[in-house]
Amino acid sequence: MMLDKEKQKEYLAEVRKEMPKTKHFSTMLKAFITGGLICCVGQSISLLIKHFFPEFDEKTVSGFTTMFMILITCVLTGFGIYDKIGSFGGAGSIIPITGFANSIVSPAIEHKREGIILGLCANMFSIAGPVIVFGISASILVGIIYLFI
Amino acid sequence: MEIFLTYLKVFLVGGGICLIGQILINLTKMTSARILVTFLLTGIFLEAIGVFEHIKNFAQAGATIPILGFGSNLAKGAIEGAKSSGLFGALTGGVKAVAAGLGGAIFIGFIIGVISNAHSKS
Amino acid sequence: MKNHTIIFNNPVYINETATIAGPKEGKGPLKNYYNNILENDLLKEKSYEKAEIKIHTSAIKQLLNRSNLTSKDIDCYFGGDLLDEIISSSFTMREIDGPFFGIYNACATFAEGLILASCLISGRLINRAVCSVSSHFATAERQYRNPLELGSQRTPLSQWTVTGGAAALLETSNKTNIAITYGTVGKVVDFGVTDANNMGAAMAPAALDTIMTHLGDTGRDVDYYDLIVTGDLGHAGSRLLITMAKSKGIDLTKNYNDCGVLIYNREAQKVEQGGSGPCCSGLVFCGYLYTKLKMGIYKKILLVPTGALLSKTSSLQKESIPGIAHALSIELV
Repeated sequence: MMLDKEKQKEYLAEVRKEMPKTKHFSTMLKAFITGGLICCVGQSISLLIKHFFPEFDEKTVSGFTTMFMILITCVLTGFGIYDKIGSFGGAGSIIPITGFANSIVSPAIEHKREGIILGLCANMFSIAGPVIVFGISASILVGIIYLFI
Repeated sequence: MEIFLTYLKVFLVGGGICLIGQILINLTKMTSARILVTFLLTGIFLEAIGVFEHIKNFAQAGATIPILGFGSNLAKGAIEGAKSSGLFGALTGGVKAVAAGLGGAIFIGFIIGVISNAHSKS
Repeated sequence: MKNHTIIFNNPVYINETATIAGPKEGKGPLKNYYNNILENDLLKEKSYEKAEIKIHTSAIKQLLNRSNLTSKDIDCYFGGDLLDEIISSSFTMREIDGPFFGIYNACATFAEGLILASCLISGRLINRAVCSVSSHFATAERQYRNPLELGSQRTPLSQWTVTGGAAALLETSNKTNIAITYGTVGKVVDFGVTDANNMGAAMAPAALDTIMTHLGDTGRDVDYYDLIVTGDLGHAGSRLLITMAKSKGIDLTKNYNDCGVLIYNREAQKVEQGGSGPCCSGLVFCGYLYTKLKMGIYKKILLVPTGALLSKTSSLQKESIPGIAHALSIELV
């Protein structure tokens, strides 16, 4: 039995009244703190790299910082800790580069049991794939636009 | 004192970006893949119009650690490539610029994926 | 059969049940009512799917042990679960020597099995049947939602898939006086809910439809039952059902509850809206309610397991979520 469109709208309005509201303030505060702290960790790593390897140029420092952040995330994900940070921080743990790394390594771990090639490798980009496709396509588009201006 | 100020800026800008993301999640129920794509494209756009450089100078890691920084690197690489070697540069510059992040994520992700197991939650 | 309600003239007795609860369920408010509580939900297997199969298998084997039967004594097995192609139930039956019907009605599977088995038993076509269900948090999470290690927040509407296995033995002869007397077969009802996290809202209309049909067909009143218990509407979903029932003139405030609400301690166990999964109604009925019936605390129960018939593909294709609910009148006779 399918309800007709008009009645569906009435029902969905009723549902909205009964359902619990998202806790906007607390989730936003948690995201702010988590995101801020992760960025501070990144800042510390880049300062340390600069301190120990003063000969590195800016690009190398930022490359190594990113890699280090990814390494930390992957290890935390492997030990089952990052998803706890995620359930606390929400967007605060998704938007930093650590969230990107987590979205690559978590399906990889999950699908390991279906084999290395068809399980782990094939599913590695099931969440991060769109990021790479959109990112690279958009960057090429930007580059081409710059050719003409 | 200076270092404290730097960290404050990093914290405020980095946290602020994530806060905007949380508002989007709360209001639109976006999944992580959509959030990542949205912020990545924002980063590319900000770099292309030349705004990102200023944010980065102000907040350092607060701007580069969020996925916005990944986007800006992509766009910056493509623009630099286009300037130095034309069409070929425009096609390859972006990937070249983010090779560290991408390569690192794939390699480390692969290794960790092989050695660790998924944990059930309680 | 009257309208959508099957009348079991020859009573169908539920003579034994067996329950295996996961670690989280074992810490819930009903922990004293389960036969077994697992300490670890991987059970030293290579995958959570294999663990679920093991749970399902041992639920059936325990049931047979407890009732001193062998697998060959059973005329028919009815089993179901949530996984694609119901692999946990089908693979379980590799271990057990007996004729098998694999069934699927999402979280209402347990009721579907009980009604089908009751039809055959009440019609004197078979003497003994086993109905079993299983579900597992880790396998359901992966199939319907995200990888376990992905750092994402659970929305306040989400429900926690119950880990466990439950089985019930249905017979023509009465070792107990607990019998299934009526079964109301539900319709698929779709009120246009598209949010896959909000399954309570998708299933509440189906539950109401089935409860109303049952009351109409049997001529019974809500007060006839000591308890009307739905499957896994969760906290918000049950509130919604009560509100909707009120507008139809049915008062569910006194003797109504929900298995998803009963199975966890909401605050302490961080389950948001409560439990879900076919084993939610399975564990609560075979564990908690069955014990209460045996002790005579409840005499008449209307069990209404509810199911949300969605798949990941249908959600991605922006389909709304159809719901279904079957009702079983279980009474002391």
